[in-house]
Amino acid sequence: MFPTPIEKTKLSTQRLYKIALPIAMIIWLLPLLAVALTSVRSGVDINSGNYWGMPTSINFFENYTAVFTDSPLGYYILNSFKITIPTVIGAIVLSSLTGFALGVYRFKLNLFVFFIFVAGNFIPYQILMVPVRDLSLALGLYNSVWGLVAFHIAFQTGFCTFFMRNFIRALPFELIEAARVEGVSEFKIFWYVVVPLMKPAMAALSVLIFTFIWNDYFWALVLTQGADAMPITAGLNSLNGQWIANQHLVSAGSIIAALPPVLMFFLMQKHFIAGLTLGAVK
Amino acid sequence: MYSFWKNNQLKLSPWIFLAPGIFMFSLYVIFPIFQSISLSLYQWDGLGVKTYIGADNYIELLDDEYFYTSLKNNVIWLVLYILAVPAGLFAALFLNQTVRGIRIYKSLFFFPFVISQVVVGLVFSWFYDPSNGLLNVILENFGFSPIAILAEEDYATYGIIAAGLWPQTAYCMILYLTGLNSVDPEQIEAGRIDNARGWRMLWYVILPQLKPATFIAVVVTVIGALRSFDLISIMTAGGPWGSSRVLAYYMYEKAFSEYGFRMGYSASIAVVLLGIMMIYIGLILYRLYRDEKGY
Repeated sequence: MFPTPIEKTKLSTQRLYKIALPIAMIIWLLPLLAVALTSVRSGVDINSGNYWGMPTSINFFENYTAVFTDSPLGYYILNSFKITIPTVIGAIVLSSLTGFALGVYRFKLNLFVFFIFVAGNFIPYQILMVPVRDLSLALGLYNSVWGLVAFHIAFQTGFCTFFMRNFIRALPFELIEAARVEGVSEFKIFWYVVVPLMKPAMAALSVLIFTFIWNDYFWALVLTQGADAMPITAGLNSLNGQWIANQHLVSAGSIIAALPPVLMFFLMQKHFIAGLTLGAVK
Repeated sequence: MYSFWKNNQLKLSPWIFLAPGIFMFSLYVIFPIFQSISLSLYQWDGLGVKTYIGADNYIELLDDEYFYTSLKNNVIWLVLYILAVPAGLFAALFLNQTVRGIRIYKSLFFFPFVISQVVVGLVFSWFYDPSNGLLNVILENFGFSPIAILAEEDYATYGIIAAGLWPQTAYCMILYLTGLNSVDPEQIEAGRIDNARGWRMLWYVILPQLKPATFIAVVVTVIGALRSFDLISIMTAGGPWGSSRVLAYYMYEKAFSEYGFRMGYSASIAVVLLGIMMIYIGLILYRLYRDEKGY
């Protein structure tokens, strides 16, 4: 193990490490802690400039309910779920198919198709904005949840294909060979042999895609207008513009907006990290 | 019909499996790239008739000082954003221990990456706020005068990059933590016997084994730097006076904001950004190709 395990060092070093750890963490998370503290302050404190002194009262419930009653934040959150969940399902389905095709079959254009997916996934996606907006308008999907879903599924398919294909490559190929010898059709091999083995990859991609899409702001800006299909990210920003003197409420809104992916991460940490490290650095 | 399928099943199956994915990816990603390239040769307000104007958009770019500011900021982003890689390595080395509660610390350290850039942007704008922001409260306590980082042309970009480094460092840390897990303990022992420790050990024994993690960290960081948009939009909206724009943000302004509706001009900026990016994508694909061919 590197660096040297702390148990094997001098006692003074051990002590120092145990003190340094929480201090480092507090400094690292300071901006976030500040927001958490602001989010329970009263409007009176905020208006009188009392941001960091003793709070006159702790308004946890008042602020967090006010966010839902006085603003369309709840509606934005609902939109975010409506966008995120179908995208996760769609991207997983499409990339299971493409990953299977590229991982199992040998054919001439295999590597070429694979590279197209990888390259497309790496482009700065802003360069797509004008054509994609036009396409959504032409399809009647502009300013709708489905317009965002369709784009996100398509774009995430690049990354997911990369991930799935590498995952399938690492599976024991003999299983598929054996099934073929038995005369099992290719579709049945996919459904009964490979899909059950792909579950860890699907779990990893689900949490990752959920987080990516939940946090998307750019495409919400380009493909929606007004509150109809606006997800929480863009909604939060517009609230910030309206609630100038209500930083405590926007802070509470920020915490709420951050919660779903944070919960996802804590509940599915192992899968999340497996996804992020692309399964490559085992 | 049935026997045709029987005989060609292996040849046809991959394309059947690929069809939906290729269709969606072409429709929304591949074709739009070429549409953007072609659009850059036109003048278009997004509604009316497209007029072919040849290279005029590019010629205009050459004289556009805002374009150069954005390009310069992209370079600054690239150079400084890469700091997330060594910073992430350092954090990983700091946290790669087995003391009690270390898992919680690792998770908490990773926190910033999970939350939306919109929230990160808001959090840091408040943190930098010249009158009530925590940063300036701390600075004042140490006797410094407050600075409005995001309102100063000279500092705004750096302030945004610092906010961007926060989640990116967390990402690189996770990559390195996973990498450190798989470092061969025998090589470390061998290194210790050869009296390698500290920096020498890190440089000659550990880092070579962390190469895959470093590769991914650099790739995602470079891409992150070139894609930077959210933080700029949230924290400064490109200001003050356009000084914190990057190419991705400038092209958005040109196309969709009140300064804009110049789709062709925006597309020509997109082509420049794509050109820069193709260098990196080329390198990544070359490496993938090498790995695939087993060199």
